[in-house]
Amino acid sequence: MTSAETHSVLPDAASSPHQGLAFGPNTPCFHCGELTDEGSRWATEIDGQQQPMCCPGCKAVAETIIASGLKDYYKHRTELPELSPANSDDTDLTARDTLKLYDSAALQKGFVAHLSKNDQGQSGHYAEATLIIDGISCAACAWLIEHRVNQLSGIENAVLNMSNHRLVIRWRFDEIPLSSIVEAIYRLGYRASPFSATEQEAQRSKESKQAIRRLAVAGIGMMQVMMISVPLYVGMATQYEIFMRFAAMVLTLPVVLFSAKPFFMATIRDLKTRHLTMDVPVSLAIILAFTSSIWSAFNQGPEVYFDSVCMFTFFLLLGRFLEMRARHRMGKAGNNLMSLLPNVALKVVPGQDDEVISSEEIQVGDILRLKPGHAIPADGLVVDGQSSVDEAALTGEYMPINKSVGDSLIGGTFNVENPMQMKVTATGAEAQLSTIMRLMDRAQQEKPRVALLADKVASHFVAAVLLISGSVFGFWAWQGDEHAFFIALSVLVVTCPCALSLATPTALTAATAALREAGLLISKGHVLETLTEVDRVVFDKTGTLTQGKLSIEQVIPLNQQTEQRVLELAAALEQHSTHPIARAFQHIEPADSATDIEQIPAQGIQGTIAGQRYKLGHSAFVSNQSAFVSHQALQQPEDSEGQWLLLADEHQPLGWIQVNDSLRKSAYRLLAGLRQRGIKTALLTGDPSGSGERVATELGIDELRTGVSPAEKLQQVSHWQQQGERILMAGDGINDVPVLAGADISLAVNEATDLAKTNADTVLTNGRLEVILAALDGAVATRRNIRQNIGWALGYNLIALPVAAAGLVPPWAAAIGMSLSSLIVVTNALRLTRIGRLIREK
Amino acid sequence: MDIIYVLVPLSLVLLAVAIGIFFWAVKNGQFDDMDSPAHKILFDDDDDLPKKHDSSDQP
Repeated sequence: MTSAETHSVLPDAASSPHQGLAFGPNTPCFHCGELTDEGSRWATEIDGQQQPMCCPGCKAVAETIIASGLKDYYKHRTELPELSPANSDDTDLTARDTLKLYDSAALQKGFVAHLSKNDQGQSGHYAEATLIIDGISCAACAWLIEHRVNQLSGIENAVLNMSNHRLVIRWRFDEIPLSSIVEAIYRLGYRASPFSATEQEAQRSKESKQAIRRLAVAGIGMMQVMMISVPLYVGMATQYEIFMRFAAMVLTLPVVLFSAKPFFMATIRDLKTRHLTMDVPVSLAIILAFTSSIWSAFNQGPEVYFDSVCMFTFFLLLGRFLEMRARHRMGKAGNNLMSLLPNVALKVVPGQDDEVISSEEIQVGDILRLKPGHAIPADGLVVDGQSSVDEAALTGEYMPINKSVGDSLIGGTFNVENPMQMKVTATGAEAQLSTIMRLMDRAQQEKPRVALLADKVASHFVAAVLLISGSVFGFWAWQGDEHAFFIALSVLVVTCPCALSLATPTALTAATAALREAGLLISKGHVLETLTEVDRVVFDKTGTLTQGKLSIEQVIPLNQQTEQRVLELAAALEQHSTHPIARAFQHIEPADSATDIEQIPAQGIQGTIAGQRYKLGHSAFVSNQSAFVSHQALQQPEDSEGQWLLLADEHQPLGWIQVNDSLRKSAYRLLAGLRQRGIKTALLTGDPSGSGERVATELGIDELRTGVSPAEKLQQVSHWQQQGERILMAGDGINDVPVLAGADISLAVNEATDLAKTNADTVLTNGRLEVILAALDGAVATRRNIRQNIGWALGYNLIALPVAAAGLVPPWAAAIGMSLSSLIVVTNALRLTRIGRLIREK
Repeated sequence: MDIIYVLVPLSLVLLAVAIGIFFWAVKNGQFDDMDSPAHKILFDDDDDLPKKHDSSDQP
């Protein structure tokens, strides 16, 4: 949202004939769904109907969509946007400048490929690049982005992959700069960043392709072997039977050698670490059944089990494949920490123009130029200039910190006001950000894992299965029965069936999918299990419970001014500022345009409006004029919450404006719901001011600690854990990353930094905090479902085991029993997909 | 019945071909995105392209 646009849309809204059509308080915004009291103010006409909007950001995005003829997006979409434009417009001004960097050759070197021909074989200068798109919530988003980008002139084609959120664009290099393409995406309310494949990412894509191949081989093999098995069961002449057995064997060979390989690899790993998992009996059953069937085929033995081997492998692989897909979907686009750092830097070369270098080329000792609104590329010291730096990404605090010569700077933070020069002291691994990463790694290793308990139970179960099969074989061998081996094998197959191994993963997958629809992305397997045991929910304040941005709370006009006039003047001054306070004034129509604007770091701002000089900022700064000395009544208002700004002209003070960070509306519903469920709450905030206490009292939070460092937060959480509590931690900033890693379950809100998102167990995708309540209920339903499934699978096993041990189960009966049992388990688990629907109805 | 000595090996060959084609498809990225094609087909967008709406919908 540029200020110019704000300007142009405002009169529209004011003169709209539909002005009388009021949207009441708490109307959901038509674009982003956020509840708003200002619905009518920003209302936009869509398809001939006025629709409520919550902010100029949403209005601008909606108008862009309509103007591009893509209003069907609203018809097609099934999810609300993930990024609310209200929250991204603050980065927009700075982003606009940063976007120009996309055109620099130094940056493009990393991710743009130049081609001399297009698909149709026409020659020319073409380029291809992959962008990671942030903020995609459903298929309609993909449709919207693809169509918008394809409308731009010079674009050959643009294809968005919904699975990994990557947009591959090919364009005529000389016709449109890359920055314009990226800007078009920003204007739709999404964020784009360049993608260049990392080694890890390449590994992951290889793994997923290999999994599809294994699954296909197992599936096709299974179908064919089944077809051959039917005549074998029905019975046929001996010479044909031998032939059919060999055919089945040939078909099973790739299934065992290729598809089942992951089970064998896992078994070898387990044996090395002396740790029993489900992979051990699975491998054992596959190997034993396969080798014995081969023996049978060559020696005309009683039975072959090729069909069972294939089916067993296929069902197990299918379960793992679905689980893997769900897992990969989370690690969206392989976002890594480095995406937080700017990709290019301006190096100061004495006697020459500045040199644009990529971030990898920065060396310790380099002097870099920092433009206002740009991120700082490495750790270092200020050597020239004075400015304020927004360290919100690291500390969670939205107020910038003043920096002058000699002060240290941290890579990944933002220079807000004035140009500076810095000397690099650390890059890459030594930099501050990496320190936080290390703290997080350590916490993650110490993380109490419920999964370990489940592993332990499974390993006991596996040991019992092996023991029982062994003793069954021993018993029948001692009895002198020639079928001893096959009986033991059928016991092994029967006790280790698909149903039991499918029981948990299918239920978890179904519930995960349902919750994702409701707005909660789960990326680690243990979450649903642990959610049922959560005793305490711990919140970060800024950006988690609050919106993480300032808004105007109160205006006290002085000297016969009106509230409106004070705000308009302030808005005019702040119009072009990148300071976080300026965002609070973004939605106010400025009085006139201000000129000669000057920002004084940590003090305030001054400028000329219609020939008058105005000042806005701290009272000490504003009243520092001779004309004021005689003036009285300059007492700062009593209410000490938030921040008071004073506005004055050359002669007299005009008014006080109070700005503060406001609470998310959904925070009230969440806290009420948690109380109802008897879950304790706590607030840990790095902000030392009184606002933490105000938030805690207003929401009714049980415990509160203010002014705590990331390490102290982690300490406090582990203290609670030692008392036996299970902790869910909700946070957003990089400063929360260590404590997120240390908590039993971590949750990052939708506007969280990438680093926090990538490392959190769960991510809220739509910013509605009450989805946490749905997740808690959903987890309970999932646990119940898993218990039913395991109960059924175990019951079936317990009945089948003695019968099989007695040697009474023919293989076809075992096969049918096993499949039926799995089918029941899967159907039961799929009921969980309805969780999402229940939540929406609520 | 002796025909099965021909038909079964033949089916094995066909199967090998099918798997070969499948592997080729996987390698060529046909399975990289299993979500969007299913949705894309539902969005019929031919009636709404900007040429038609540019004049009437522009604010």
